[in-house]
Amino acid sequence: MGKTGWYFLGIVVLGYIATSLFKSDALMPALQFFWKVILKILPIFVLVFAIMFVINYFVTPKWLVRHLGKDGGIKTWLIAVITGIISTGPIYMWYPMLAELKEKGVRQGFIATFLYNRAVKPALIPLMIFYFGLMFMIVLTIVMVVFSIIQGKVLEKIVEV
Amino acid sequence: MNEKSIKKALISAAKPFYRTLPIIVGVVLLVSLANTLIPKEAFVTLFSRNIIVDPIVAAALGSILAGNPITSYILGGEFLGLGISLVAVTAFLVAWVTVGIVQLPAEIMMLGKKFAITRNVLSFVFSIIVAIITVLILGVV
Repeated sequence: MGKTGWYFLGIVVLGYIATSLFKSDALMPALQFFWKVILKILPIFVLVFAIMFVINYFVTPKWLVRHLGKDGGIKTWLIAVITGIISTGPIYMWYPMLAELKEKGVRQGFIATFLYNRAVKPALIPLMIFYFGLMFMIVLTIVMVVFSIIQGKVLEKIVEV
Repeated sequence: MNEKSIKKALISAAKPFYRTLPIIVGVVLLVSLANTLIPKEAFVTLFSRNIIVDPIVAAALGSILAGNPITSYILGGEFLGLGISLVAVTAFLVAWVTVGIVQLPAEIMMLGKKFAITRNVLSFVFSIIVAIITVLILGVV
């Protein structure tokens, strides 16, 4: 990845400079929002780091490929679904770990299924019920879990062509 | 646990974080700016109350916006109150959490161009299909 990430950050900073010139009143609320999000995701950073540490310590590339790789079978999809559901924080927080898993030979469909299931958040269930009702929450959750596996399988067919 | 393995695991875990740090900061800055510049009321004018067009518009809107799903629930609840269809609101909720246009550059850099684009395109299409199926099942139940 090299310096690409820093170039990306530089472009975003330029966007902020442009905003400060043309819509200066939006600058402070945007920065306050940014700070609020950073404070919120910091503990998740620690959690993700801990998971990555545990994975690096206990899980060898051979183990990963054996359990989550091409011969993983139905267990692969179940692991993808469950870990996706229990994972927390913004999606991009998980990219480093997923990139590492991909490098270690984990199936791309597993990664896609994991990412899709991040949409199913047990902690937010009460809020979803509050806004849309219990039946809506149950039906949507089941449909999304089913489609997460369909997406993983379809993605694999496409990217492996 | 031996000290050497712990140190190795710590370094292995820290390296990807260091590489991703500018991307994470950049994405959060971008999301913050988008959330500030685009007012909630502006979203409602995008819907025509057309049963076919609205879910596509809603999924597109959910794909562009990013952030905590709580925000999408609150917006979705407001959309329902404004008479926007449940299919459109569901497509919006699903796309919000499964498609990430703002995070796409980061996803491409970390997971590869083909993977990231395919996953996001599929997630967009599936957000509409999932919405239609969910509402159909709810209608039957």
